[in-house]
Amino acid sequence: MASTMLSLASVSPSSSISIHDTHKGKIKLGSLERSNLFLKTEPVGRVSMVAAVNTSRFDGVTMAPPDPILGVSEAFKASTNEKKLNLGVGAYRTEELQPYVLTVVKKAENLMLQRGENKEYLPIEGLAAFNQATAELLFGADNPVIKEQRVATVQGLSGTGSLRLAAAFIERYFPGAKALISSPTWGNHKNIFNDAGVPWSEYRYYDPKTVGLDFEGMIADIKAAPEGSFVLLHGCAHNPTGIDPTPDQWEKIADVIQEKNHIPFFDVAYQGFASGSLDADAASVRLFAARGMELLVAQSYSKNLGLYAERIGAINVVLTSSDTAVRVKSQLKRLARPMYSNPPIHGAKIVANIVGDPTLFSEWKAEMEMMAGRIKNVRQKLFDSLCAKDKSGKDWSFILKQIGMFSFTGLNKTQTENMTNKWHVFMTKDGRISLAGLNLAKCEYLSDAIIDSYHNVS
Amino acid sequence: MSPQFTSPPNSDAHSSPSSSSSLISSASDRRLSALVRHLAAEESSPMDSLSASPTAARADSVFAHVVQGPEDPILGVTVAYNKDQSPNKVNLGVGAYRTEEGKPLVLNVVRKAEQKLVNDMSRVKEYLPIVGLAEFNKLSARLILGADSPPVQENRVTTVQCLSGTGSLRVGGEFLARHYQERTIYIPTPTWGNHTKVFTLAGLSVKNYRYYDPATRGLNFQGLLEDLGSAPAGAVVLLHACAHNPTGVDPTLEQWEQIRQLMRSRALLPFFDSAYQGFASGSLDADAQSVRRFAADGGELLVAQSYAKNMGLYGERVGALSIVLKTSEVATKVESQLKLVIRPMYSNPPIHGASIVATILKDRDLFNEWTIELKAMADRIISMRHQLFDSLRAKGTPGDWSHIIKQIGMFTFTGLNPEQVAFMTKEYHIYMTSDGRISMAGLSSRTVPHLTEAIHAAVTRLA
Repeated sequence: MASTMLSLASVSPSSSISIHDTHKGKIKLGSLERSNLFLKTEPVGRVSMVAAVNTSRFDGVTMAPPDPILGVSEAFKASTNEKKLNLGVGAYRTEELQPYVLTVVKKAENLMLQRGENKEYLPIEGLAAFNQATAELLFGADNPVIKEQRVATVQGLSGTGSLRLAAAFIERYFPGAKALISSPTWGNHKNIFNDAGVPWSEYRYYDPKTVGLDFEGMIADIKAAPEGSFVLLHGCAHNPTGIDPTPDQWEKIADVIQEKNHIPFFDVAYQGFASGSLDADAASVRLFAARGMELLVAQSYSKNLGLYAERIGAINVVLTSSDTAVRVKSQLKRLARPMYSNPPIHGAKIVANIVGDPTLFSEWKAEMEMMAGRIKNVRQKLFDSLCAKDKSGKDWSFILKQIGMFSFTGLNKTQTENMTNKWHVFMTKDGRISLAGLNLAKCEYLSDAIIDSYHNVS
Repeated sequence: MSPQFTSPPNSDAHSSPSSSSSLISSASDRRLSALVRHLAAEESSPMDSLSASPTAARADSVFAHVVQGPEDPILGVTVAYNKDQSPNKVNLGVGAYRTEEGKPLVLNVVRKAEQKLVNDMSRVKEYLPIVGLAEFNKLSARLILGADSPPVQENRVTTVQCLSGTGSLRVGGEFLARHYQERTIYIPTPTWGNHTKVFTLAGLSVKNYRYYDPATRGLNFQGLLEDLGSAPAGAVVLLHACAHNPTGVDPTLEQWEQIRQLMRSRALLPFFDSAYQGFASGSLDADAQSVRRFAADGGELLVAQSYAKNMGLYGERVGALSIVLKTSEVATKVESQLKLVIRPMYSNPPIHGASIVATILKDRDLFNEWTIELKAMADRIISMRHQLFDSLRAKGTPGDWSHIIKQIGMFTFTGLNPEQVAFMTKEYHIYMTSDGRISMAGLSSRTVPHLTEAIHAAVTRLA
């Protein structure tokens, strides 16, 4: 059979049937079946050798392009150049450019193993202790939304999974409602809404002229959107730009959202990781909640607890009443069950153990400050290097103004390609660099690369 | 219909009606029609507590139209069990293994593997690739297909780590809905309660083929052959690899062979659900025979694997979807498209459970230990079957209960009707699904007599 395998991509359906005619099994094809690619008759007397059709049923499947973000790390791994620098995916690295497992996480895992906890299915909504801890972390334990039990919280598969549950909920309960996403935004946002069947459009966000926020454009576009749209906002440390609204701007964003009866939908992937303070980084979400607004918030513990691969996060929906919260939670469960039944236990237990233990919680806050601090140091060093080396007078201060793991350099696609091809700096094509993948020692080299790409390549 | 705008207590509310009333009503219209559709949906059950109509709920919630969803019928059994205060309560609902003492079990070999992982200082928690842990994927394909299987040898299998069985089925279903010409999947009657929802939400249309024969409490083989024989060519067919859930009724090897021939002659695409490999008979190889026969004939197939039961990793959500293709070129392309399904769903799968599985499967000693613990679980369940059967016979409970020892795997389809089940729950605190399915894994020598009493009473009082 293998010998009759041709390159099937070039073979048309009718000619593939002729391959069957020459098959050793002496297949006879009825005239009716000639037009149906699926059917062929069995060889007579060779019942035990009945095999499937020679052509793959999936022959028409095309090769999908690599993921633009995750594909960068793959390209980095493939490179053999000793100067190579991976500024692609947003995973924290130490000053030695090594992955980092938080000490407090190792402690929690050891505790869990010592206790010998079981591995029974979690409820569909996830670990209760985790759900409680995560909502309190986000809103503050004393927040009225928590005290009045107006938050529906369901454990999700990190940020992505939580966003997807919310998107599926929007599709089912707000059919036709649009999602508004920032331009630019994390590359996977549009895929999530597409697969969930939620239409989306963009609101202006990044201003290339200032390498800052296009606030007027943002407000105008949110205002122009159909009433009752879901506005996707980055709670802090906007990905990919690193540009966050000021507190005053957040107030105005909330104003226009209320005015248009839109529903705010926060993506909080960096709480504590952006500024080093859990409370400061939750200020935008809390501002909206304080206005009595209903809102959705997707959370991730990938970065702030370094639990990337454990896939731990949550979707929170703040409602006007606890009754509604109960009902909304029940419907989120009905979306999770046919997706994966119930969420994974390991990451949830780690978070619950850390947040639930005052000592571990303090240790976590210290480690988080350390991680955020290292990134701030690296920003400063990069800024200083750029200023020292670049004599053109270009304003590099956006490096310091931007916050979080990422910096939007303002480099275009061709310039980014130069970064990779000439300087072996791996980054995404939108000009985003992950500062978490940079250390003080490499700042000078990176400055050289950026200056060269910016000035000598168009 | 009240206008939907929030009136927060202390904001200087911009109450200017800048938007036209037609915009306001269209948003509300959308929500009302969603409510209407939702009320008409099949999921509505007597257990639904419908919310008050939108106008009676607090006017300022945009979620007012969201009604209370019913409890999941299977997982809801445990919820109800937990609420019961009776000391005699028995949970025969969800399929999670229990020891003779009625306790959950973490396999020794799993604890060993976990200890190894925690002690390994070089381990990190970086994102897995979208397709999951490579080592886990390879080992899983070998486990279900056999290391000497032609597709494995010829590199014609793509395997992606998924969220246990459910996740593997969902990803497979989504892939088929996007890339396969026949968007219909045939599932047996009855089947696991979540199958229909998984495939429907994946975008396939679901049809049924006859499977269980209530008269014999066995397989309706004729009906099965007829229904698959009249399915449109190329349709997808869901097959339980072994230990059919909920009936415990499996085809014999001869019947599997006939099914295989029929399916291949009609180009029906097999999609195996393998949740009990090794758990059904105690032998990993024996429980994989159905899948392996299909894989050996050169044809294509999908198989969703779960490690929830056979490794007791329920809450870790470990599983894999393997697709056997004609060529390795097609397999590569298919894998790239599977990634496009996964990335917007959860980006990449959880590492912990897969690491445990890989650690065990690749180590000869740990693997052997596992097979021993696995057989012990399977043996205990078989022994429970015999104890229950003997007990019912000794009691003289009317009816033929031999199906209890003929059926295989974690579940027994007792043949009790919903009325009898409700009676047993109410009077005897026996928790089970209303289709009459009991989880033998939840039984012990201690609780067999109580269950016997309950069945006896139900059968004699409610015929």
